[in-house]
Amino acid sequence: MTDPTLWTIVLLSGAATYIWRALGVAIAGKVSPDSETFRLFACIAYAMLAGLIARMVVLPEGILAESPLSFRLVAVGLSVGVFFASKRNLPLGVAVGVGTFALLTAVWG
Amino acid sequence: MSLFPESRRGPVAHGAFDATGMPALVLFASMIGYGSMAREAGLTLWTAVASTGLVWGLPGQIAMVELYALGAPVIAVIVAASAANARFLPMVLSVMPLFNETPTRRGWHYAVAQFMSLNPWAAMMRDGPRMNPAYRTPYFAGFAGVCITAALIGTAAGFQMAGSLPRDVTLSLVFLNPVFFTLVFVSTRDRGQILAVLAGIAAGPLFHLVSADWGLVLTGAVAGTGAYLVDRRMRRRHD
Repeated sequence: MTDPTLWTIVLLSGAATYIWRALGVAIAGKVSPDSETFRLFACIAYAMLAGLIARMVVLPEGILAESPLSFRLVAVGLSVGVFFASKRNLPLGVAVGVGTFALLTAVWG
Repeated sequence: MSLFPESRRGPVAHGAFDATGMPALVLFASMIGYGSMAREAGLTLWTAVASTGLVWGLPGQIAMVELYALGAPVIAVIVAASAANARFLPMVLSVMPLFNETPTRRGWHYAVAQFMSLNPWAAMMRDGPRMNPAYRTPYFAGFAGVCITAALIGTAAGFQMAGSLPRDVTLSLVFLNPVFFTLVFVSTRDRGQILAVLAGIAAGPLFHLVSADWGLVLTGAVAGTGAYLVDRRMRRRHD
């Protein structure tokens, strides 16, 4: 038997997240589509998302918090370096980043 | 006129094809991490899978699961989950003009908003402007459909495998996510967006220390607005 509060929490968390999404649609329909306003919205979105990713690397929650900060920084740094050196080869950059992290964890983790 | 190479198989298959590969793989891996975390927190298989489908935003899901495990009051869990997913407001706001130009009825945009997530958002922001407007909604549907399928399967797989994967393997699977998105974000080419990404990287961890719940909202407001103003100033100087 599933705890009924658990289903309540899942459904309401979904609904509470959807509020942001629906607000986005509603506001976007009201704002004049001049590019300046939407340039501002795009900058806010990019800053928030970049901030989220940076936080996941520097101050992660959950299991990643068990790994040393130096491993994460070295792996992401190498990944970005290889990515640009290889003319933006995404799979290669990701492979180098995760491979470095796995190696560091296996040897010194 | 369209600069985006349209596929002979049609826009839905095209979007699905583009999502199959790195985006689906990374999502699958991070949802394995989430599924096992959800099991340890006391969720059932079906509530774990439903949370991925209904909340559809990993930071909010993680906040929900962590607070539930701590036995926090229902209202506190929901507020934290919602706050951790506040980024959907600027995400949907910034991508919506692309959909407002399409022949799709506006009611559908509320469905598009539910399926919006990082991967299809980044793809639409990058390629959407070059697409024929009629191509955008079905392309997005195919892209987001593959993403959510991979995520649901990943959540169930992670739930079943909880505790059986070696710790180092789980760590690397979870690390895929930030590595992949770091590369997605550092490869933006618009100056305003590059400035916003750099400011966000600096401000994100800092504001997180100020407030774990609202740090991201602050990051968006301060770093995003700052980047926009600097970019506008640089644009005006060149006019």
